Amino acid sequence: MATRIYNVFIVSKSGGLIYDYDHTSSSGTVHNLEVEKTFGYPLDIRLISENRKMIVEFGARDGIATGHVLISMNGISIEGMSEEQIKEFIQKEENFPLNLKFGRPRLSTNEKIVLASMFYPFFALAVQLSPELGSSGIKELETDTFKLYCNQTLTGVKFIIVAESKISGSSGIESLLDKIYELYADYALKNPFYSLEMPIRADLFDTNLALAIDQIERTGFI
Amino acid sequence: MSRVGGRSSTDPKKVSGELFSLTYGSLVAQILKDYENVDDVNKQLEKMGYNIGVRLIEDFLARTNSGKCQDFREVSEKVQSAFKMFLNISPTVTSWSATSDEFSLIFDTNPLAEFVELPDHCYNLRYANILAGALRGALEMVHIEIACWFIQDTLKGDNFTELRVKFIRKIEDTIPPGDD
Repeated sequence: MATRIYNVFIVSKSGGLIYDYDHTSSSGTVHNLEVEKTFGYPLDIRLISENRKMIVEFGARDGIATGHVLISMNGISIEGMSEEQIKEFIQKEENFPLNLKFGRPRLSTNEKIVLASMFYPFFALAVQLSPELGSSGIKELETDTFKLYCNQTLTGVKFIIVAESKISGSSGIESLLDKIYELYADYALKNPFYSLEMPIRADLFDTNLALAIDQIERTGFI
Repeated sequence: MSRVGGRSSTDPKKVSGELFSLTYGSLVAQILKDYENVDDVNKQLEKMGYNIGVRLIEDFLARTNSGKCQDFREVSEKVQSAFKMFLNISPTVTSWSATSDEFSLIFDTNPLAEFVELPDHCYNLRYANILAGALRGALEMVHIEIACWFIQDTLKGDNFTELRVKFIRKIEDTIPPGDD
């Protein structure tokens, strides 16, 4: 019955991301696994650098999969280190045995904005492709690991929920989408200091949204 | 299932109508003091109403499961129910034009002007002009451009207050994909 919600996004009518909420970090689910392991010399997995991140290119083992990014070395975060420094460090034999921590890459705010604006034409495309008139656009998008639900209001705002895909029967996602719309109307739009189309930064909205999500996860309805 | 009678059951947002009309009264009085010119006041009230309308429409849509309107008569019904929801008054819809693109909303009393008497120098003041603005703003967000003005007003000695609403055009360019 209980549904797991991963993310909530709100996209304005012009396609900009105006709100995103990551429920995986606050609820501490297993979704963002981090694995720490001690390695001997030479390193038996191959790392490449991409977008200023060290990514596992080949050689999955012990829960470290290709696509994971390096988070820390010997407990020290690699943030702020240059690629050269990291490469040099892992090539020197005297630095081994070495503790490396890997994890699933997190989306940066910029990446989220890019993805949100990519969804917009995709949604429009679905409407154009529709064999019949009056298509609503994408309402659900399903994969092995998650399901995306989208609700577009008459005014063009899109509310998007990313949730667990193994949902049986009525999961209450529909009512959660309605609820988020209500919260948006209340806590974003009725706030006199909020200007339309701009990112929503309102604590009241955050708290009420988190409450609604917790409730849906526990009970399956609002 | 979550909504009971339009508003969700946990919603305590019911306030006294008197408080509302008094607050509005002090707003109008203040603007009148600031601008001194009645025409400017009318304009300001309309503008404020517009800004309220573009936000309030989301509240209306979130709480009623309204679909898209197919004609202007449907619009008039929705407008009527919105007045019921936000101001707890039910204006009568009458005086349709032959082409069905104009109608009037008749208010038996002016909901905002319960305790108001217009002084002589304010004869041109459209006291409840904020309503006209709100209506215009709200409908603009659902891609309907209208013009809206008062043609009768109890404050000016008429028997009732009449708001005329005229359909101008459908706003095409910003229609979100998936609705047409």
